[in-house]
Amino acid sequence: MNTGYIISRLSSAILVIIGVICTVFLLIHLIPGDPVEVMLGESAHPADRAALRAALGLDLPVLEQLINYFRGLARVDLGTSLHSQRPITDILAERVPATLELAVYALLFAVIIAVPLGVVAAIRKDSMLDVGAMGFSLLGVSIPNFWMGPILILIFSLWLGVTPVSGRGGVEHVILPAITLGTALAAILARMVRSSLLEVLNEDYVRTARAKGLPESRVIWCHAMRNAWLPVITLLGLQLGTLLGGAVITETVFSWPGLGSLLVESIQKRDYPVVQGCVLVISLAYVVVNTLTDLLYVVIDPRIRLGEGR
Amino acid sequence: MLASIFGPLLPLTPDQIDLPHILATPGMQSILGSDELGRPVLDRLVMGAQTSFLVAVWVVAISAFCGTMLGAFAAYSGGVADLILVRIIDLFLAFPGILLAIALAGVMGPGIDNVIIALSIVGWVGYARLARAQVLTLKHRDHVAAAIALGQGRIPIVRKHLLPLIAAPLIIEATFGVAGIVIAEAGLSFLGLGVQTPAASWGSMIRDGARYMLVAPHLVLAPGVCIMLVVLSVNLLGDHLRDSLDVREQRE
Repeated sequence: MNTGYIISRLSSAILVIIGVICTVFLLIHLIPGDPVEVMLGESAHPADRAALRAALGLDLPVLEQLINYFRGLARVDLGTSLHSQRPITDILAERVPATLELAVYALLFAVIIAVPLGVVAAIRKDSMLDVGAMGFSLLGVSIPNFWMGPILILIFSLWLGVTPVSGRGGVEHVILPAITLGTALAAILARMVRSSLLEVLNEDYVRTARAKGLPESRVIWCHAMRNAWLPVITLLGLQLGTLLGGAVITETVFSWPGLGSLLVESIQKRDYPVVQGCVLVISLAYVVVNTLTDLLYVVIDPRIRLGEGR
Repeated sequence: MLASIFGPLLPLTPDQIDLPHILATPGMQSILGSDELGRPVLDRLVMGAQTSFLVAVWVVAISAFCGTMLGAFAAYSGGVADLILVRIIDLFLAFPGILLAIALAGVMGPGIDNVIIALSIVGWVGYARLARAQVLTLKHRDHVAAAIALGQGRIPIVRKHLLPLIAAPLIIEATFGVAGIVIAEAGLSFLGLGVQTPAASWGSMIRDGARYMLVAPHLVLAPGVCIMLVVLSVNLLGDHLRDSLDVREQRE
């Protein structure tokens, strides 16, 4: 049905992925001065420098380096860490599950908070409930997660002692990081659910459903929300990038052993090949999810014929 | 209703710019206590405010200018230039913004200059996309055709006939942009990528204060409340701007 659209969306995604890989590759060339000197320190032995330069392939012409980088990627080889001498793909593989766990819980938290809040705000538009919900939402986007994290630790871990301070373990470990990471998303999502539902509630078919004498809850959940979901799902896909970016800070606050804290640790250790690996994996995940969201959109809503006219 | 509750907060934004004058007033120094080195927190907050606003002003100015120019000219010229810009925008949007900023700042090394550069590299895309979309809808209007017929060049047409029309949404975008940059700068400083000691940033104050949280929670509370209030008031300002500009659009 929409094969043309799907093909064009996929091909542009592939172009973007190639672009992302090139950009990540170029990252290491942004290091001011000599990257090898920055990584090893100024007092390093010239022989060590030459060895590292050769190991990283920095002695080759840039284009050849790029081709080598792509070749390595094809073999799922991102090089070795300068710090631990281990293959970077192994290090990344250890960290991915933790970030996934955190992201899923944060997403869950955001949806659980935002959907009821947005629906209530839309149904009781301009009531105190609506104002309160939107006030909460505004507050949610204004609180930075690197501040909210320590405050939650202070209240729940240090004063009340109900949750662990940091690290990864059972469900109790993930609660605070997930709330920290999910709050901004919940705030944005609640606004979106509200405005999306408000728009749909004015449609004729909702009036018809009400005129048929359906209970209001059925009208909302079975008729209105079905269409209200669409923009919400798109927003979720788009916001995932913010979520993954926010994870870098949240993971650092809670010493959560994911990709984000690995990125920050590697920056501090000047382990730039690992930095490249982290950025690559997170960005690729983001591109894939965005592409899937776009495709899902077409599957869910057959009315949409994107690709044409845009 | 919301506006009346939070309305009094709005004038906070100019207050932040005036704050450096308070620094000179004696007797204020112990109001918010001192940090782990005995430095008065209030003074550090004022320094942090200066950092925040320096970064926010520079980043928004650089990225709004570059983004708008690129977006407007590419859309007006069309063809290959536009195609290339769209591809570049797609590429930048493929990275979660703050992630790219962290990686760039991390690779370039800590320091306020690099923070400004990193955030600008990430930030221009939004303005470029907005300016492009706006110009695309405007460039076939009669007054532009008239200007072309009068033999005006590309640059005066964009500058005199297109930019004034697309300024309103860009100003709104820039207002929200300030809020985003304040949080982003504090975030980078929190990770140790921003300003270096002894300079202060609200982000680095939170990071340093977190270690002494149990004994001195005010070290974390004070800078956080500052960030929150500034971001909140800038967001409210943006909402007001958007509402008032929307009304005008409807009347036209």
